[in-house]
Amino acid sequence: MSLEIGSLVESLQSRFSDTVGDVSEFRNETTIYIKKENVLNVLGYLKSEFDFTFLAELTAVDLLEVKSPRYEVVYMLHRFGIDYEENVRIRIKAQVSAQDMTIDSVTSIWRGADWLEREVYDMFGIVFLGHPDLRRILMPEDYEPHPLRKDFDVRNREASKQSFERALKEGND
Amino acid sequence: MGVNSNPVLGGEGFLTTSIEAFANWGRKNSLWPMPFGTACCAIEMMSVFASRFDLSRFGAEVARFSPRQADLMIVSGTITYKMASVCRRIYDQMPEPKWVIAMGSCTCGGGPFDSYAVVQGIDEFLPVDVYVGGCPPRPEALIDAVMKIQKKIEMEGAPIL
Repeated sequence: MSLEIGSLVESLQSRFSDTVGDVSEFRNETTIYIKKENVLNVLGYLKSEFDFTFLAELTAVDLLEVKSPRYEVVYMLHRFGIDYEENVRIRIKAQVSAQDMTIDSVTSIWRGADWLEREVYDMFGIVFLGHPDLRRILMPEDYEPHPLRKDFDVRNREASKQSFERALKEGND
Repeated sequence: MGVNSNPVLGGEGFLTTSIEAFANWGRKNSLWPMPFGTACCAIEMMSVFASRFDLSRFGAEVARFSPRQADLMIVSGTITYKMASVCRRIYDQMPEPKWVIAMGSCTCGGGPFDSYAVVQGIDEFLPVDVYVGGCPPRPEALIDAVMKIQKKIEMEGAPIL
């Protein structure tokens, strides 16, 4: 059974009329903006009703001095099927402001979101509410900054050095 | 060192030398490397151990994955600050005397990664004996580095405990 993106968008808009925002298409890729308060409802609906069983990617974008609110959390959803037409991919974006850097975790929908959300937390500092184990995943646990923020100097090695020194000391105990 | 033929000491067929010269001669011809490979340089290092380049010609083919049994650390690959403490701890676990080869641009000076996570040269936290440039260096370059280590052991030696 093939899936019409148009009917999907219409269904979303009628069911979540106050949540679904801009819908845009670029080179056959559909992007839908939703409000972050309803992330769980909309994404859960997409999984249960439209068979988007696979969370292909979860990431974030820092739009400092480009756009407000500052952050966007991006969900790439994939729907599997036997025929080419049945394989559909859509992009859902939720805006997160710098004043309230929280968003609901989608680990209850896709268990695979666990480490992806930890990476976004590590790199951007966005807190995922309801995440089972929200720790840093790439940087050392005592590391302070969030390196992928646009106001972080990418050559600033001071925090890394401090973590390294601390790790050395603990190892000598 | 010299061939001796003193009949009182047993006639021909033995050498006189100092213990230090003899020990260092043994050390330089039986280096046991600890491969610390973290990136693409490690692939070149593996080929140095394998048949085409065959590091066993230099007596250094016994790669030890336990630092307790190694005396030459070959750091090949990008070292991040998170990895640096592990690298230093493994170096500390190696028994004296020990030597370090920094293989590749990343270990020598950070390579292309001028970033918040990457150590700009492992000599920030390790005493390096030989630097091998290249991205990655040819296996011949690593063999040359091992030969330089051998030369260093021969010239400078190391105390015998």
